[in-house]
Amino acid sequence: MADSGTVKTADNRAFWRRDMEGKECTGAEILVECIIREGVDLMFGYPGGVVLKVFDELYARRDQIRVVLPRHEQAGVHAADGWAKVTGKVGTVFVTSGPGATNAVTGIATAQMDSVPLVVFTGQVSRELIGSDAFQETDAIGVTRPIVKHSYMIERPQDIARIVRQAYYIASTGRPGVVLVDVPKNVTFEKAVFEWAETVSIRSYKPTTEGHPKSIQRLADAIAESKRPYLYVGGGVVMANASDHLLELVNKTNIPVTTTLMALGAFPGTHPLFAGMPGMHGSKLANICFQECDLVIAVGARFDDRVTGKLSAFAPKAKIAHVDIDPSSIKKTVKVDYPVVGDAHWVLRELNKVVKPRQPNEWNRMFAEMKETHWFRYRPSTEVMRPQYVIEKIYEMTKGDAIISTEVGQIQMWAAQFYKFDRPRRWLTSGGLGTMGYGFPAAIGAQFAAPDAMVIDIAGDGSIQMNIQELTTVVENRLPVKVVILNNGYLGMVRQWQEFFYDRHYSSSVIGGLPDFAKVADAFGAKGLTARTHDDVVPVLEEGLAHPGPVFMDFHINPEENVFPMVPAGKALDEMQEEEWA
Amino acid sequence: MNRRHIISVLVENHFGVLARISSLIAGRGFNIDSLTVGETEDPTVSRMTIVTRGDEQIIEQITKQLNRLIDVIKVTDMTECAHVERELVLIKVAAPTAQTRTEVVQVVDVFRARVVDMSTATLTIEITGDSEKVDAFIEMIEPFGIKEMARTGSVAMGRERNGKSSRGVEAKVA
Repeated sequence: MADSGTVKTADNRAFWRRDMEGKECTGAEILVECIIREGVDLMFGYPGGVVLKVFDELYARRDQIRVVLPRHEQAGVHAADGWAKVTGKVGTVFVTSGPGATNAVTGIATAQMDSVPLVVFTGQVSRELIGSDAFQETDAIGVTRPIVKHSYMIERPQDIARIVRQAYYIASTGRPGVVLVDVPKNVTFEKAVFEWAETVSIRSYKPTTEGHPKSIQRLADAIAESKRPYLYVGGGVVMANASDHLLELVNKTNIPVTTTLMALGAFPGTHPLFAGMPGMHGSKLANICFQECDLVIAVGARFDDRVTGKLSAFAPKAKIAHVDIDPSSIKKTVKVDYPVVGDAHWVLRELNKVVKPRQPNEWNRMFAEMKETHWFRYRPSTEVMRPQYVIEKIYEMTKGDAIISTEVGQIQMWAAQFYKFDRPRRWLTSGGLGTMGYGFPAAIGAQFAAPDAMVIDIAGDGSIQMNIQELTTVVENRLPVKVVILNNGYLGMVRQWQEFFYDRHYSSSVIGGLPDFAKVADAFGAKGLTARTHDDVVPVLEEGLAHPGPVFMDFHINPEENVFPMVPAGKALDEMQEEEWA
Repeated sequence: MNRRHIISVLVENHFGVLARISSLIAGRGFNIDSLTVGETEDPTVSRMTIVTRGDEQIIEQITKQLNRLIDVIKVTDMTECAHVERELVLIKVAAPTAQTRTEVVQVVDVFRARVVDMSTATLTIEITGDSEKVDAFIEMIEPFGIKEMARTGSVAMGRERNGKSSRGVEAKVA
């Protein structure tokens, strides 16, 4: 994301700098000052024994940095993740040792899988106790090693400033990710002379931002030769803030575009050349285009198995071009004919300079025809409440301008299919890890990032229960987050697979003992509304979305709804099942 | 085609780097024959030598994934260039009679190995060489009865000709 091996301190925070250069300070003072100098004015923090010195310093600096208390560390990390996705900046989390660190693990894995820039500070027992199975001791670095971009243990207070600088630099550059910093208690008490380096340089870490001009030219030539080019855009385009360059490329070349689940909004959802999301629950149009095109131009996408279906049958007629900032993403699963390593923003900008304009051809005509028939659709009903209808109404009422977060499963797919995003950074979902319980806390982070935006979490009755305690956080912080629960009494996606592939044995997917979610919200001091029939949908949405505070809206949808189209796991993209039309 | 590759990795000489590398290899399911690590001429840098097998795509993924680790400075596939490779092995072999001792020592002489310890029932042999030599030696000595064996794993270095070094192929960035 940054251009070279140096980062500037965020100018807007310069005001808050304390003059500490050359003075002897405690580790806690240095740590908090460094975090503030990184431009952080909001973090999600949950205190505990070994980090009290740090939280004491955060108290002293409370005018400069706001600490939001989640009700569970996992939710704190998801909130920072949502905040980072909306702002494009590095999210910050501070948790204590032991259970604080292990509770944060799911949040860390979620963010890392989706390349979200976070710095997570974990407390650690004092150095002399490390390795002794001390109270609340966990080897946080060991536990998180495979699920972080990098991690540090701070061994001496004089290392704090360098490590914090490097942590924020690594989290935000190259392919973004999570950096964990483990802070032993003794280091927060010990003193060192404060020294701050304005620039960061790490000899073993030099991400390639600038795509090679020759490989960009080869890509431009391939586009010129192609009769049926197809753009396959991933989350990298959102991270790199490259949407404008993408739109320019499409306007110049008239190439149809599919965006992955992670990239919804990277290209306007209402654009005539938008094919929808591809893959297992993607549009028929997006999947057929893969099978029919002669050139796939992947930008910041990683050929996930949920996108490609059966690999050997994926894009059989196409050459593959792959633009990615992470060299290891290229040729990981598919053979690539035109690799370009670089930042999507840089590469698309340079590509636009050399690519030849392309006029709409037979391929475009086919695309436009298929868009009429191969788009997402469902049979409308007034008898039962269809979840697709609820999403469509939300889209209409918010004019496509809400920030939407989701939990995981059927509801996630319906939201992705029926809410059209025209702008990036309005869509928060756990794509890689598929974490239930992500959406509600992510919405909290998003609402902090965009206080005036309409922020809506699309949830299921199963997944909302995975972080429902965050109702306290929204009420306490007066966050007007709206939660739409598409309630079918099942773990819907699990039930769908059991219906199709396990002889309708609904093993552990029936959710018994469901609470009245409206009353739950009411008990927490939020507003609760319930829609029981099709006709309730619009009035409940109207009332709920207009309410100035947090709301739970419980929609009792048709219980045995399925997500269509569906490409069963291991099948080719053109072997999709569609909804039966009676 | 599955080939044997010697991958040389220069890493920051930090606490925890070996754990990161071995965790990566295990987590991604790469098979390795051996992994050695030691300091280089620069005490802040360690060299890891990894011997692995795989087709082109697997080796490319291994080198790319290694390169992705923040502490990794440089990854080189030594297999692609002229290089010397050495491994040191200690073998304790059964030699209970004068005749077997003589026979073992003959094999040792042919391979230019060394006897470094001896008891009434065993000989302990040290051999240094590339993997082919070591494997051939083990094959010859096996019939006598190997009691114990310890291998260091291979280390490797590019050859130098007329002042020009052959540094191998630095893992391609796509």
